[in-house]
Amino acid sequence: MRKFKDHLLRGCLWASAFLTVAVLIIIVGYIFYKGFRLIDFNFIFGDYSPVGHGGIWPMIVTTLYTIFISLIIATPIGILAAVYLQEYAKQGRLVRLIRYATESLTGIPSIIYGLFGAVFFVTTLKFGMSIIAASLTLTIIVLPVIIRTTEEALKTVPQSYREGSLALGTTKLQTLYKVILPSAMPGILSGIILSIGRIVGESAAIFLTAGTVAAMPDGIFSSARTLTVHSFLVTQESGDIELAAAVGIVLIVIILILNFLATFISKRLNKADY
Amino acid sequence: MGTTVIERKDGVRKSQMKQQSGGTKINVKDLDLFYGDKQALYKVALDIHEKEVTALIGPSGCGKSTFLRSLNRMNDLIDGVKITGDIMIDNENIYETNDVIKLRTKVGMVFQKPNLFPMSIYDNVAYGPRMQGIKSKKELNEIVEESLRGAAIWDEVKDRLKTSALGLSGGQQQRVCIARAIAMKPEIILMDEPTSALDPISTLKVEELIANMKKDYTIVIVTHNMQQAARVSDKTAFFLNGEIIEYDETNNIFSMPKDQRTEDYVTGRFG
Repeated sequence: MRKFKDHLLRGCLWASAFLTVAVLIIIVGYIFYKGFRLIDFNFIFGDYSPVGHGGIWPMIVTTLYTIFISLIIATPIGILAAVYLQEYAKQGRLVRLIRYATESLTGIPSIIYGLFGAVFFVTTLKFGMSIIAASLTLTIIVLPVIIRTTEEALKTVPQSYREGSLALGTTKLQTLYKVILPSAMPGILSGIILSIGRIVGESAAIFLTAGTVAAMPDGIFSSARTLTVHSFLVTQESGDIELAAAVGIVLIVIILILNFLATFISKRLNKADY
Repeated sequence: MGTTVIERKDGVRKSQMKQQSGGTKINVKDLDLFYGDKQALYKVALDIHEKEVTALIGPSGCGKSTFLRSLNRMNDLIDGVKITGDIMIDNENIYETNDVIKLRTKVGMVFQKPNLFPMSIYDNVAYGPRMQGIKSKKELNEIVEESLRGAAIWDEVKDRLKTSALGLSGGQQQRVCIARAIAMKPEIILMDEPTSALDPISTLKVEELIANMKKDYTIVIVTHNMQQAARVSDKTAFFLNGEIIEYDETNNIFSMPKDQRTEDYVTGRFG
């Protein structure tokens, strides 16, 4: 009987693991199967035309813009905030409140952020429907993600490293730069990768703040369309699943490349070797 | 060596050594320490002499580590710690000066568990000097070699200085920790149960090292292991419930303790 239970548990564990992988393979496989036919040089690098199968280069550029701008603002602010909360702030009521606030922020549906962005960045600050308005909205969306993951990463740095460094007559800042941040780098990086996923996956908030103009943006103040929004619109307007799937493939590849790049950069930055 | 015994009201006896050749390096008076509302040290007074090994013994939670950590102000890192009384090092009150950095370069520390950073052996030892602004490669090389030799580990690691320090055995890591402390050219080295995580052979090596180091450094060592205190130290202070019960030559503490509680502890009746 005990043996049977053991086998049963093993079977369940194996089935769960298999299911997870299977779902991933099926989804990615289906999208590749549907969309792969459409992908050629012109599809990726050609300019867009509303009639017929134009390229999606403007949407790729817009997507990269939003990722780049949001991350360049959110990463330093997020890391600094997490360092403050974890390393400098006195652990009291204020810190608990800030932590509670960041946690709540992660749980808010993105459409709420979109509405806020539309009112604040687009209208009040008069940015208009634009890449910058969307990027700033996305910054707010990913900020709590980066703060949380960085905090978790800082928590995993053993207290003995801090003590060891400070006991050698170093300043708190030196300890932070030379020992704590390098050790926390892998965790911070996973936060950034998660953020890239959130940014790329976002549609509602971008829809409301950047608009849907399907043309090469003139700059960060022009309205534009990201890949995700594009994918959504072509499905909705023309029901062209194949085209949407092809856009999906490009999205997946972009995320893979960015994740690889992030890992590579952090390995160069992070001299700590385990 | 004459000792004067001061009888205190509460019956605690305390021996104070007269100054001897080395001179007093650390002078502690009336030290009270609180963690929040909880008092951890009661009116601790102690003279630690230059270029000697002073052992702090006592059961768990008696305040010996807390006391050790107040000597380089590591307790500052803990929220809610309050300290009153005087700790003078070379006649300077370390809690009145604001230069903790300078204090900690003068008073090095080795911890209970080896706590090398995830870097190469070389970078670990060069870490402190680099943070002090030493950039010259030649100078750093010299400091690293000298420190590792000083910690009796140079021969074991000289061919793998650039490999991760975390690949060394526990005992080797602890000696590199000692080298890392030596690299700052401190005058005092605090050791918080440095061998409690090590095997007997590594422990022996570290003890030999301590015996050799005392010609250059003033060493204060916390230990759980009474044989270790007897082997390595010149003077021993016995802590109990946040107080120093007895402080004397190590030989006296172990062969003819004056206080019954000291005797009970060193003979293993509790602890």
